[in-house]
Amino acid sequence: MKGIVYLVIGIFFGIVMLKSEAASWFRIYEMFQFKAFHMYGIIGSALALGVIFIQLIKRYKIKTFNGEQIHFTDKNKSVYRYLFGGIIFGLGWALAGACPGPMFTLLGAGFFPIIIVILGALLGTWFYGLLKNKLPH
Amino acid sequence: MDLINQPLPWYIAGPLIAITMLSLLLVGKNFGMSSNLRTMCTALGADKTCDFFCFDWKGQRWNLLVMLGAVIGGFIAVNYLSGSNTPEINPEVINNLKVLGFESAGSNYLPLELFGTSVFSSVKGIFILLIGGILVGFGARYAGGCTSGHAISGLSNLQLPSLIAVIGFFIGGLVMVHLIFPLIF
Repeated sequence: MKGIVYLVIGIFFGIVMLKSEAASWFRIYEMFQFKAFHMYGIIGSALALGVIFIQLIKRYKIKTFNGEQIHFTDKNKSVYRYLFGGIIFGLGWALAGACPGPMFTLLGAGFFPIIIVILGALLGTWFYGLLKNKLPH
Repeated sequence: MDLINQPLPWYIAGPLIAITMLSLLLVGKNFGMSSNLRTMCTALGADKTCDFFCFDWKGQRWNLLVMLGAVIGGFIAVNYLSGSNTPEINPEVINNLKVLGFESAGSNYLPLELFGTSVFSSVKGIFILLIGGILVGFGARYAGGCTSGHAISGLSNLQLPSLIAVIGFFIGGLVMVHLIFPLIF
């Protein structure tokens, strides 16, 4: 039954991705050309409100709907993995014009060539798993 | 009713993304879409090839449902909410893209040169989409998250590692669009 909640959150997210054009290859290209405020506005306003939400949760010890504590785990300190991993991700994001959320939304929207991108993303994830111990983190 | 058919302006879309993150926090989960790629690898049998995929993927069922929802959301947006209207991108960008050979710029949601069905018979097109996907999947796992996990969840929690990752996203994106695109298109 709780599965419905996750499904509904996903549907909401998918509609927002497509309708805000954050799932458009053109918008991603335009962002990396610094030729429009649109994507920066989306990420910036999401962030501004996100910071407030998390501060409120921490300050007022807001619990989940089930009454459990909400935990925030700090990410491990490092530079390599975030910088190198980030750069590799960015290269792909600009080339395919889709990140891991929108690529699934585009599939539902009927842009079937995105299947090739999803297949690539699965392969890339698998390659990382195979090479993980040889990479600097 | 007409409003529904309009694209979402940034100042509505951004807060709605923050609400997506908040909703997941309030049901005890974290917003991060690329974890699903690892879960799917494990479900497809990658756990037989290396330790990284040895985990109880069924514990991630909730996130797969979010992902399935994102697929359904895309379907609903296109079929009932005019979701694939052409984005009004900067005319200068349209001209740039036409020079690179993207004739569909300014008249489609996605470039037909890469996402039209004719791409299935273009070796170059398939190669570009596949490489793009591989870089996204590899990079997201290496960095420990993607746009949702780092740029939204991580930065909202003021995590320095997420800032480093997002700076990386932009270095990669700028290199691709400004230095590599002129070579491949």
